[in-house]
Formats: sequence, structure tokens, C-alpha cells
Amino acid sequence: MAALTRRAALATTTSALAAPWILPRSALGQQKPARIRLGISTFLSGPASVFGVPGRNAADLLIAQLNARGGIAGVPVEALVIDEAPGVNFLLGECRRLAQNENVDVMLASISSGSCLAVAPLAEELKLPNIMWDCGTQRIFEEGSWRWSVRTQANAVPEIVAPLLYLLKIRPEVQTVAVVNQDYAWGRDSWAIWKSAMEAIKPGIKVVAELFPKFGATDFSTEITRLQALRPDVVFSTSWGGELDTFVRQAAERRLFERSLFVLPLAESSLERVGKTLPEGVIVGARGDHWFLHPTAKDTERLKGFVTEYRKRFGLYPIYPTFHMAQALFALEAAYGKAIAANGGAWPSREQLMDTLRGLEFDHLTGRMKIREDGQGLEPMLIGLSKHVPEYPFPVLDRMVLFPPELVMNPMGTKGLEWVKTLSMETVAKTPAPIPYKA
Amino acid sequence: MGLLLLLATLDGLAYAAQLFMVAVGLTLVFGVLKILNVAHGSLFAIGAYLASTLVGLAGAPELSLLALALAAMATGAVMGPLIERGLLARIYEKEHVLQLLVTFALFMILEDVQKLVWGVQPLFEDAPVRLLGQVEVGGIFYTAYQLLLLPGVAAVALVALTWFLRRTLLGRTIVAVTHDREAATAIGIDVRRVHLVTFTIGAGLAALGGALAAPTTSLVPGIGVQMIVLSFAVVATAGLGQIEGAAVTALLIGLARSLAVYFAPELEVVIPYLLMVAVLLVRPAGLFGRTVLQRV
Repeated sequence: MAALTRRAALATTTSALAAPWILPRSALGQQKPARIRLGISTFLSGPASVFGVPGRNAADLLIAQLNARGGIAGVPVEALVIDEAPGVNFLLGECRRLAQNENVDVMLASISSGSCLAVAPLAEELKLPNIMWDCGTQRIFEEGSWRWSVRTQANAVPEIVAPLLYLLKIRPEVQTVAVVNQDYAWGRDSWAIWKSAMEAIKPGIKVVAELFPKFGATDFSTEITRLQALRPDVVFSTSWGGELDTFVRQAAERRLFERSLFVLPLAESSLERVGKTLPEGVIVGARGDHWFLHPTAKDTERLKGFVTEYRKRFGLYPIYPTFHMAQALFALEAAYGKAIAANGGAWPSREQLMDTLRGLEFDHLTGRMKIREDGQGLEPMLIGLSKHVPEYPFPVLDRMVLFPPELVMNPMGTKGLEWVKTLSMETVAKTPAPIPYKA
Repeated sequence: MGLLLLLATLDGLAYAAQLFMVAVGLTLVFGVLKILNVAHGSLFAIGAYLASTLVGLAGAPELSLLALALAAMATGAVMGPLIERGLLARIYEKEHVLQLLVTFALFMILEDVQKLVWGVQPLFEDAPVRLLGQVEVGGIFYTAYQLLLLPGVAAVALVALTWFLRRTLLGRTIVAVTHDREAATAIGIDVRRVHLVTFTIGAGLAALGGALAAPTTSLVPGIGVQMIVLSFAVVATAGLGQIEGAAVTALLIGLARSLAVYFAPELEVVIPYLLMVAVLLVRPAGLFGRTVLQRV
């Protein structure tokens, strides 16, 4: 056994004492904290608060339930919520404040794709774990490589490809299509994905109108008149919130649904509000593998309990942002649990947490999903046809198809807009069998 | 082509009617009080939200039109005097910048009040639209509400307002104050009262615009912003304080927008502002505005 020299003892002691100041804070943290602080950015004001507030509500409910179970590995969780409505510069300032003044351990940002694109580089700079919980742009992990960010949901590519496959499966004879999308990044990008994929799968389909009413429009009368005159086989719209509600109501009042088949990839979030004004037979998407009457999870205690508690507390059925928030929180809980186990029971560093999030498989309210090695979440896409039933005062989904991610999501290392050009009628033929609605 | 032009005109008329109802109140208030009221959009929104609530409470569709009128009157009668006496009366003599800031602050406060009272979920009450049914023109279905009622109410509002200002004593005193506040005061006109009445009428018109729009659209946070921006475009293009000008300009913008949707959809969003820029380049005081001489 080597003798301990005075020099070695001095060096060891100095190193031990100096480590906390020399090593980055993110590399430490083996000491169990008194609490885990989450920074959550969401829309608390403006038109997008229709998603942001349900997301915040879900966080309130789930964090309370999590803490009632003892928190994450015995550590209580608390959330600091910020509004992303004032814009990207404000949001970045708020994120920096949360990281540096409030010492948040993890950020959950954001709803807007613009916000996510801005927060990812900031998370790199701050070495702050960041979970993108609701934004949809596929560009984030296609155009950048982010050590400190992951996304716990799918992205715009499967959200648009899945309803297109569904449409071509049930109506392969479609000849003409018109689009009515909001005039901003999501409206334009989602149409670009749809158009490229449609031209690849069935090149003969004619686009008879490309209408992009301004973001926040309150009146679609002129667009509806135009569509009535053009009589397209299909009307595609990725609008959301109040604008989608208005478009649906105005279209129904003017009998446009009788002339065209509507494809509404975000309409799950509007069903309760528009009620049975939305007729039967409309193709409805849910932005992922979730719905309060999810075909394979609706009878599970986990989903039933959440829906009951959510309704009791907020008076509404949960919509997709609530499920996206749940996915982010369940992923975080699972990642801490796995990282702690891998760390021999010691509290993980931020790096260890991020390493664990990549490749993580976790259960959420309606199923199980995975985060890819590039940070992108993989989940099936639930698409169905609206149907009126006596049990609910609004349409439910019937003939539901759960599109697996390998069918509708571009592989890691490829660009979604290029990948959709490789789709064909063979892809349509791989559409899984529909699941009927059951009361 | 003829049918398309007819359809575009009908759409333009319905849109112009909504726009006019909001812009006319804004221009009236500016004409008399010389204040550009940013909170006008909030009065539109509150009128709309209250209308939605009252239509829901009315239950019977037959009462829904009455509920719209009641919502507009209640908003104007309560909010108008409250804002004018409580806030604006204190800043008439102040700088325009300060007046803008105060009304903007009020706008922000009222936005939050709407969220507190009505929440953030979109609200929709279309009983009045369903009550009036549909009209078919050339194989295209319109709602009678948008095709007949909205333009009808806008036309009545224009005629009534013009008659009121030109044919009644109170209206003439308002016009007198508009032309020369000092001279009007000197001959004994109670300018304070004129301000109060004018602002209340303006608030009522904004609320009526909101109440009439409520059954056709989803009410969401920020709905007031959308309308106030377009109304400013109408008022600036027409010339500040021009009532008939606001009607003509709303019609121009409405028609230009619907023609854009038919023939150049990519221009739909910018067409009102292109029109405004084109007019202001040629006539800086607006289409119907007069250049004002100022003593320096």
C-alpha cells in the first residue's frame, strides 16, 4: 500500500474544496435538492391562450398530484409559469431570469414554434435542460443539434402526413383541394408539407384555391363564398382556436360542409366548443396519440382519473395541450427516476438528466412513447371521423386510426419536407385498420 | 365573371358594414374630443362579450336580437360616462402623446378585465344568425344576418347619425364644438356635456359593432385589437372626424378585400393598408379630410 504523502493529501483536499467553484454547476448536483423548480412558458394571454391556459391547468393539476405522491424521488416539484404572448425577446428575458435569479432546474418551453426556436440556443448557453412541450415545427431538430433540449411530442410532419394518408385511404378518388390556413408560419409550413406529400402520393390532385386569411381573422364569409363557388372535393385547414371555431360555424351556417369534405388536423381541440355544429364525416386530428376517449386507453384508471379530476377542477374536457403538458411531466419524472437508478441512487447532474431523456421510453396518460436520440419525440398520430352520439353534446371520433411514427415521421437525419416527397400510394396502403367509437 | 363580381360585392358589403360600425364611433369621438381613443377596441370587445352572455341568458332565439341591442346600450351607457368623466375629462388639455398612452393603458386594463370576467376560451353564440336563416344568391348560400341585417343596421346608423348631427339641437351643438371649442364655450354651450354625450354615443357605437359581430364570430382574447387596427386604417384613410367618409372608406376597403380574396388572395391581408398608404400619399389629410391651419 502506497504511503500517503503530505503533498498528495494537500492536493486531494484542495481539489475537493475547489471542485464546486471550478466545475460547472451543471456537472454537479449529486446532492439531493430540497425541491425541483420548473420554468414553464405558455400563452396566458392573446388568442393562443386557448391552448396555453389548458396547458398551464394541466401542469397545476399534475404537479399537485405528483407532489401528493411524494414528488420526484421524494423531492417536491414547483412551477414558475411565464407568458410567451409578449414575444420572443420578452420570453428570452424571462427564461434568463428564471434560470439565473429563480434557479429553475428545468425549462418547459414552449407552445409557439418561434419561441422554441429561440429558447433552444439559450438553453445551450445556460446549460439548462429544456423540454419542448407543445411546439410543432420540424425544423428544430432537423436544422440544429441541441445538447440541452428534447421534445416530448411529435412534430408538424406526422401531424400533417397522417390526415393526408387517412383522406387518401377513405377517399382515393379526390380530384380537387382548397386550403384555408392562417397567414403565419404554421399555416404556411403545414400547407407546404401537405402539398409536397399530396403531389408525391397522388400527383393529379388539383389545388383550386390557396386562401390565407390574416392571423386573428374574425370573418371568413368571403373565403366561404369562394369555396362554395369552386366546390372543391376537399377543404384542408390547420387553423386552430377561435379562428377554427369561427370558420366551422360560418361554414356550417352556409352549408359548405354539404359540398366538400373537410380535413381539420387540429379540430380535436375545438370539438367541445363547436358542438354538433361540426357535422359528421369530418376528418379530425388530435396532434398526437391522445384524446380523452382514446381508443386503447379510455378505460384505463390513469386516463379516466385524470379526465374526471380535470373536468372537476376546470369544467372542460382535456384537449391536446393538456396531454402534451402531461407527456412533458411524465417524461421528466421517468428521466429523473431512470437517471437516479443509473447513478446508484445518487441525484443526477443536469448532463445525466439530458443523457437519460435521449432514448427514454416512458408511459403517459394514453400510451407509451419514446424520445429519439436527436431529441425528437415519437408518438403515434390519432385521426378519426367526426360522429354525433347521444352521450356527448359534441362530436366524438369514429373510425379512428393510430398511425405509427415509423409510417408518418421522417427518420432521424432527414428533412421532413424532402422526406414527404418519397411517400406513395404504398404508404397509404399501410394505413392501420380503423377502430370504431365505443360508448 | 359577372356572378363572381356580384358575390364579391355582397361579401364586401357585409364586411364593410361591420367595419363602419366600429370606425364611425372612433371618428366621431376624435372629431369632437380630439382624442384618438385606443380603448375603442375594448368597448367593441366588451359589447361583443356582453351580447354573447345576454343571448345565452335570453334562451329563446326570438329574444336574441333584443339581447344584442340591450348589450350595446348597456355597454355604452355604463362604460361611456365612466371613462369620459373618470379619465378623459382630466386629459383634454394634455399632450396628444399622453392621451394616447392613457387610452392605451386603459385598453390593456380592459383586456385583462375581459379575461377575468369571460375567461380565455372562445365563446360563440349564433342564435341571431340561426334565427334569420339563409338566403341563396346564384347557388351560393349566405346568412340573412350578414347579407341583410348587418348592412341594414349600418345604413340606419349612418342616416340616423347624420340626421342627429344636422337636424337636432344637441347634434348641432356637437358640430359647433367640433368646429371651434372656444367659440362654442363663449356662446354658452356646455362643452363638458357635449363631450360626455359624444363619448357615450361613440362608446355605444363601438359596443353595437361588437354586439352585431358577436353572433358571427368566436370571441377570444385580443378580438378588440384586430378591430381597432382596421378601424384606424378606415379613419385615417377617410380623414379624421369624417362620418360619411368613414362609410365610403369602409365600403372601399370591404370591396377591395373581397375582390382580393377572389382574384389575388395573397393581397387579402395587406389590401386595407395598401389603400391607406396610397390615399395618404396623395391626400395626407385623408380622402375626405381637410387640411387644418394652425397658429404658431
